[in-house]
Amino acid sequence: MTFIDYYKILGIEKKASAIDIKSAYRKLARKYHPDLNPNDADAKKNFQQINEANEVLSDPEKRKKYDKYGKDWQHAEQFENAEHYKEQSSDFHGQKYSRAQSGGDFSDFFESMFGGSANAGRNRQVKFRGEDYNAQLQLSLTDAYKTHKQTLTVNGRNIRITIPAGIENGQKIKISGHGGPGINGGPNGDLYITFSIANHPGINRLGNDLYIQVDIELYTAVLGGEITIDTLSGKVKINVKPETQNGSKVKLKGKGFPVYKTHGQFGDLYITYRVKIPTNLTERQKSLFTELSKS
Amino acid sequence: MDAKRKDDLIAANEFCVNHNIEISFLNLLQQNGLIEISTIESKYFVEREQLPQLEKFVHFYYDLDINLEGIETISYLLQRIENLQNEIVKLKNRLSFYDAQASG
Repeated sequence: MTFIDYYKILGIEKKASAIDIKSAYRKLARKYHPDLNPNDADAKKNFQQINEANEVLSDPEKRKKYDKYGKDWQHAEQFENAEHYKEQSSDFHGQKYSRAQSGGDFSDFFESMFGGSANAGRNRQVKFRGEDYNAQLQLSLTDAYKTHKQTLTVNGRNIRITIPAGIENGQKIKISGHGGPGINGGPNGDLYITFSIANHPGINRLGNDLYIQVDIELYTAVLGGEITIDTLSGKVKINVKPETQNGSKVKLKGKGFPVYKTHGQFGDLYITYRVKIPTNLTERQKSLFTELSKS
Repeated sequence: MDAKRKDDLIAANEFCVNHNIEISFLNLLQQNGLIEISTIESKYFVEREQLPQLEKFVHFYYDLDINLEGIETISYLLQRIENLQNEIVKLKNRLSFYDAQASG
């Protein structure tokens, strides 16, 4: 656990006045507030640091303790004990009012020097909605193809969610009320889940359409015939037209990916044929091809 | 509006009391098209869905000293960021599709 220079974090000098601190804090808070920097982990971290610095430096008691011990913060507890008796005769600490800020996590240094969360005692009169949580969930393409239920553990709580078929890679869904607990009886925050869908070998997805490449024998390509292919919905039989060219495409309507939250509606499946040229020909086969080439 | 379930609505007065703010702030937000306030039986309500947004505006105005014009601008820019982030996700998906096609 390392010492944190709160003055440096706020970019102020040690002799800074309360007004200087407030002004420096507000300036940096406007820059790094998570609401102003959506999905920016660095900004959130910076905001937590300036919030913590402000928490200490804007409170005369905490600032005094911090200034006195600074790098020798490990001895702060002795200071606390000594001061405890002095404070018992004075019951006024000022009922400081401040709104809850997102990013209320404090460093180990802060916890060690000042005890638990600084928010604990300061929002007695005010209800706040809890913090929103963000989580990421990995799914396979096969999982995303079907509506299914999954149980997630978020901060020790099990949450059973239904994931509708057709969810896209990078899509975010909101689970209301499963974020952080509300403060002083306020509503819970929400849980946002971002889905990460792994690529499936041999099947590519673009929106609701699926793309696959299918190898066919030269003879089937020339003469036509029936082939069976594997799709996410099972095996499908296809008639290959005679004289099918290498790289030609066919579309199977409604055999693609389910459309998100639209029951019974599917994208299309596009098949690209790759004609396999026979190898290791026998003498007889070679002569037949030669004959064919002369015809 | 009357048909809305009561669970989906939050009394504007209650919100203001809980956040220690003036109802006039909510009126200002409404006048600037930043939130919608419903009136049922002469009482004002905001939709629960608007709560995260509304709390954001409270933070901006009261904690960060951002005025209403600033909130309006930020709100517009945040919407653009969200749209762009969604666009990036779509483009990444397309790129990954073409990469897979090319190597496939």
